Amino acid sequence: MGSSRGRSLVLFTLSTLLLVSIAGGFQSDELLQDDEEFGLEGGRPAADPALSTPTRPPIRRRPDPDLLSGSPDSKSVQFSLEHQFGGSGFFPAGTFTARLKSWSHGGQTLTKLRFSRNALTEEEKGAFERLLKEDGYYTIRVPSNVLTAPGRDFVVSSVRARCIPRESLDEHFIIHTDGVNIVAVNYGSAGACQYPRMLKYPAKWSFTSFTVLKNSEQAPRTPTFAEELLAGEDGLGEGVKPPEKSFWAKYWMYLIPLVFIVLNAMTQAMNMPEEQTAGQSTQAQRAPSTTVRRR
Amino acid sequence: MGSSHLRPWTAMAIRARLGFVILLSLFFSATLSTALYEDQVGLADWHHKYIGKVKHAVFHTQKTGRKRVVVSTEENVVASLDLRTGFIFWRNVLGKNDHIDQVDIALGKYVVTLSSGGSILRAWNLPDGQMIWESTLPVSTLSKSSLYVLANMNVGKDNLILVFGGSSIHALSSMDGQIVWRKELSIDSLEIQQIFQPHDSDIINAVGFVGSSEFVVYQISYRTGEVMQQSKASFESGFCGEASLVFDNLVVALDASKSSLVSISFKNEVINFHQINLSDLVPDFSGKVTLLPLKFNGMLAIEIASSILLLRVKGANELEFVEKISHPFAFSDALPLSKEQQAFAILQHDESKIHFKVKSDNDLRNEILKETIQMDSQRGNIEKVFINNYIRTDRTHGFRFLVVMEDHSLLLIQQGEIVWSREDGLASIVDSTTSELPVEKEGVSVAEVEHNLFEWLKGHLLKLKGTLMLASPDEVAAIQAIRLKSSEKNKMTRDHNGFRKLIIVLTRAGKVLALHTGDGRVVWSVLLPALRRSETCGNPFALRVYQWQVPHHHAMHENPSVLVVGRCGHGFDAPGIFSIVDSYTGKVQNSLILEHSVSHIMPLPLTDSTEQRLHLIIDAKLQAHLYPKNSDSLKHFFNEMPNIYWYSVEVEKNKIKGYSLESKAELDTAEEYVFQAKELWSIIFPSESEKIAVTATRKMNEIVHTQAKVVADQDVMYKYVSKNILFVATVAPKAAGEIGSATPEEALLYAYLIDTVSGRILHRVCHQGAQGPVHAVVSENWVVYHYFNLRAHRYEMSVIEIYDQSRADNKDVWKLVLGKHNLTAPVSLYSRPDVMVKSQSYFFTHSVKSMAVTATAKGITSKQLLIGTIGDQVLALDKRFLDPRRSVNPTQSEKEEGIIPLTDSLPIVPQSYITHSLQVEGLRSMVTIPAKLESTTLVFSYGVDLFFTRIAPSRTYDSLTEDFSYALLLITIVVLVAAIFVTWALSEKKELKEKWR
Repeated sequence: MGSSRGRSLVLFTLSTLLLVSIAGGFQSDELLQDDEEFGLEGGRPAADPALSTPTRPPIRRRPDPDLLSGSPDSKSVQFSLEHQFGGSGFFPAGTFTARLKSWSHGGQTLTKLRFSRNALTEEEKGAFERLLKEDGYYTIRVPSNVLTAPGRDFVVSSVRARCIPRESLDEHFIIHTDGVNIVAVNYGSAGACQYPRMLKYPAKWSFTSFTVLKNSEQAPRTPTFAEELLAGEDGLGEGVKPPEKSFWAKYWMYLIPLVFIVLNAMTQAMNMPEEQTAGQSTQAQRAPSTTVRRR
Repeated sequence: MGSSHLRPWTAMAIRARLGFVILLSLFFSATLSTALYEDQVGLADWHHKYIGKVKHAVFHTQKTGRKRVVVSTEENVVASLDLRTGFIFWRNVLGKNDHIDQVDIALGKYVVTLSSGGSILRAWNLPDGQMIWESTLPVSTLSKSSLYVLANMNVGKDNLILVFGGSSIHALSSMDGQIVWRKELSIDSLEIQQIFQPHDSDIINAVGFVGSSEFVVYQISYRTGEVMQQSKASFESGFCGEASLVFDNLVVALDASKSSLVSISFKNEVINFHQINLSDLVPDFSGKVTLLPLKFNGMLAIEIASSILLLRVKGANELEFVEKISHPFAFSDALPLSKEQQAFAILQHDESKIHFKVKSDNDLRNEILKETIQMDSQRGNIEKVFINNYIRTDRTHGFRFLVVMEDHSLLLIQQGEIVWSREDGLASIVDSTTSELPVEKEGVSVAEVEHNLFEWLKGHLLKLKGTLMLASPDEVAAIQAIRLKSSEKNKMTRDHNGFRKLIIVLTRAGKVLALHTGDGRVVWSVLLPALRRSETCGNPFALRVYQWQVPHHHAMHENPSVLVVGRCGHGFDAPGIFSIVDSYTGKVQNSLILEHSVSHIMPLPLTDSTEQRLHLIIDAKLQAHLYPKNSDSLKHFFNEMPNIYWYSVEVEKNKIKGYSLESKAELDTAEEYVFQAKELWSIIFPSESEKIAVTATRKMNEIVHTQAKVVADQDVMYKYVSKNILFVATVAPKAAGEIGSATPEEALLYAYLIDTVSGRILHRVCHQGAQGPVHAVVSENWVVYHYFNLRAHRYEMSVIEIYDQSRADNKDVWKLVLGKHNLTAPVSLYSRPDVMVKSQSYFFTHSVKSMAVTATAKGITSKQLLIGTIGDQVLALDKRFLDPRRSVNPTQSEKEEGIIPLTDSLPIVPQSYITHSLQVEGLRSMVTIPAKLESTTLVFSYGVDLFFTRIAPSRTYDSLTEDFSYALLLITIVVLVAAIFVTWALSEKKELKEKWR
């Protein structure tokens, strides 16, 4: 019984694998799923970038197990990214997927953000090239609340288009959230943006996206130390006590003159005998002259 | 034996300890105190007291003692002024929202003020301004309340003070403020108009309107508040609510259409209405009538078609035309001269002259007094007049007039002369800037009053005596007088240290004044014509003042000038006002009403060829207008246009948006100076959890000396010094109210550091259980903010310092020496910032009114925070105390660096109040101005009062103190030289002797 069951299982898996591999030949996203299973961070779309059909996402993170299981305290939300080339209106450019986790105390937080970028259409590519030429702004926006229906506000971010192209179009999103609200999105190049900005076209007309989700930090609690405060009360201005100085730092002003005096004394002591001899010699010299005068 | 051996040792030990204590105290005084000695007060600082625009005035001149006038002002000040000099005897500044409704004198010894919409009644002692009592009244806020102090019914007995508003009357004892009785006249929508007391009766009459058509009269017992009699009548065409009590039994009111007058007579429960025909008085009358408040028996003042008619009421149905007055004018209230006689004053403006007329009710056709005085045109029109009488030497009535002018100044006029004047517009400064004084030219000495050599020597001898402690008390006083009078600081020329400047202030009245930093005197003042009420601009108000032209190199022969920006009306889309004023003379060079509105003004760091600063004014439609409008400025502007960014904070919408300018493809000649904005970024704070409380930026002109900070272990940290940092604090909407209105769980405070070019949030931190009011100050790479911590029940101050990590690898000294570093490479804000943030919080005892930071010429001197405390003083707190790197046990190297060991609260050292013993009443703002001397900052703080001083956060390390005795130095040198010669001669002599031996 057991062996037959095992055999059938193996058969089943084999057949599914075969099916998958066959299907994989046709559907690009399955392959990419595999791609991402190996943890290819920022994996580039395998499809030809010139293809006008939207390619499946270069997803950065591994799939989340409870995305599949669908645990009750979290659900998946999607919101779209829209972009604008200079003056014209906003067009859809990609989709963010995130988990919305509900906490027992009533709060909700967004976690596990993933992003899939639509490939650039020929038209968009042209618009981007024009933007590069005139050093214009590439603007993106996302809704300020991931849950509420249309008619909502958008948070906007822009960058000089010339900052983006490197090998491919490298972009970096920082999404600042507060529960289900997006306070701001910071959009820019993945690294530094040189100034003056040079006109440079990317080798590959596809986006490489990096996304970061940021919540606000908690400020550290103000330190309280009552016992130290009590101890500090008797010593006035404990907080500004001068740092303890070394012996030299404390007494240099006395030591230097002392050294001078000692040196002086020493040289005098050294000169004393010489001077005496010298004095004697001068006296000796002088003595005859006086004698001469007296004469 | 043993004890005698010990004694010298203990004595030595004591001496040593004493010496140590002295040394220690010297050290402390050197590190901590920036305080002044008693005799240094007034040397570098000045303090001017003001009261604001006077709303009410009550004279107190009956007794033989001091003649005074008690005033209340729009700055919520109640003050007693000396009627002879205008000096302040005393004054009390009430809270910010405690507006004074009325002021009166009760019992001849108490000043009674009604404030906060009629809900607080206070009595102040007339001689010294001490508060005697205070009572709070339950008053509905919807109706306007008034005060009625009953005239001395029975002298010596307790008189009542009546407060009425809406449908209630409160009677309070004037002795202790107890509520004697309270009457709620149980009718909704009753508006009591007047309360009055017929002569010598125990009954008070109250008249008022119910709704829009009914007129009510109540007779109320003075003792108990019982309603004795009540009568009502309705008038079909209705009332508009304005009424004037003409006699004890006659009221004249305006009907609902405001086009005709109705006289209401009432006697013994009978009320009669009479419609008065105005066409008899004014032949071609049409339009609307306004009833002017004229509290004069039997008289009425109405305004028809911008002219004022004075009417005499002869009976219920009869009006007599007295006089026609044209704008601008002012009436005084009635002044009783004797039991039967009353007088009132009419003031009329005639260009630069003011005509004063006093009329009494005996003879309305003629005047008792008629005077004309010449008035400075910079004071504008008359706004208010209060009248007071006195008995002249020839036993006739003389009159004094207390006049409030358009620029909020207060004058006392008597016998056709201005006795004194007060520049009280300075109590409501809106904005300020500074201007350098002219350079002293050769041959043109501005201060001719220099001492001669003998005087100079005498002064220095005195000083020398002072320093050697040989001076007698008289001489000490003389020294002090010399120091205070020093003409040096009041010269009208630039000085070497940059201490002498002009502070140019803009007041709420639309007046621009230049104050000298030496003593605070007004050098010039100008009431801007564009900011005065006119037909084109009905409700102008002043916004900001900027430096417009600061000649440096090119336009040296021109005077510097300032730009004053205002707005016509309070809406954001109201047209702007633009005025350029010469900084040296106060002459208005250019003045215009703009075609567009003003919502944001941006001084650009660019100047045109005549050194006029370029300004970009953003209007409500998000169009940017460039000023000055000339092709040269346009040329300069186009070069920098791609690098111009700005942001707007929309507090109501909880949004911050960033903009740049749309590049212009084709130039339209008409719209040459107009540019379109392009929205680049936006930050939206969720309205359910955050509300913008405060925003702060770095000062435009701040200079950072070192970009790097050397930390303890010979390591270098690079400051993130971007001029585009914006600090934003948001609080939870639930906790946006007063402290105590929210629980610590509900209260949250978020602090953001935002780059305003790219809209990046550089740092975001949440303080649990914290709430506003938030005050913040940003400088260099740090921000300090003050808020209330509900959990700890204390105020707190937090500091955030932000460091640039992307340059952290530039640590190699050799690289720096050889120039192989990238520190001078241009930095783009579009690069992803790599920042590190350090923060720390400390408790702070005081609540704060405003915060500022010192600014010096080169930014080398360490910084001090200036904190305007709740007691209206300015406290200087060293930035070192707010260092996020403070730890409980600093290491040896950190100690050497000067890091103070961590304490949980910030110390408040009494000596570090820069206002020493003074109070800057109603403190609103502090401005710091760098002097030329690096160590010194000039501080100008203003509120109702003005205070100016100069401080040296690290003491004056780069100059000798002012009282440095040059004479002592000179004498020492002379003595030394003499000694050298003497000893030389002596040694010569000795040598000669030696040789001769």
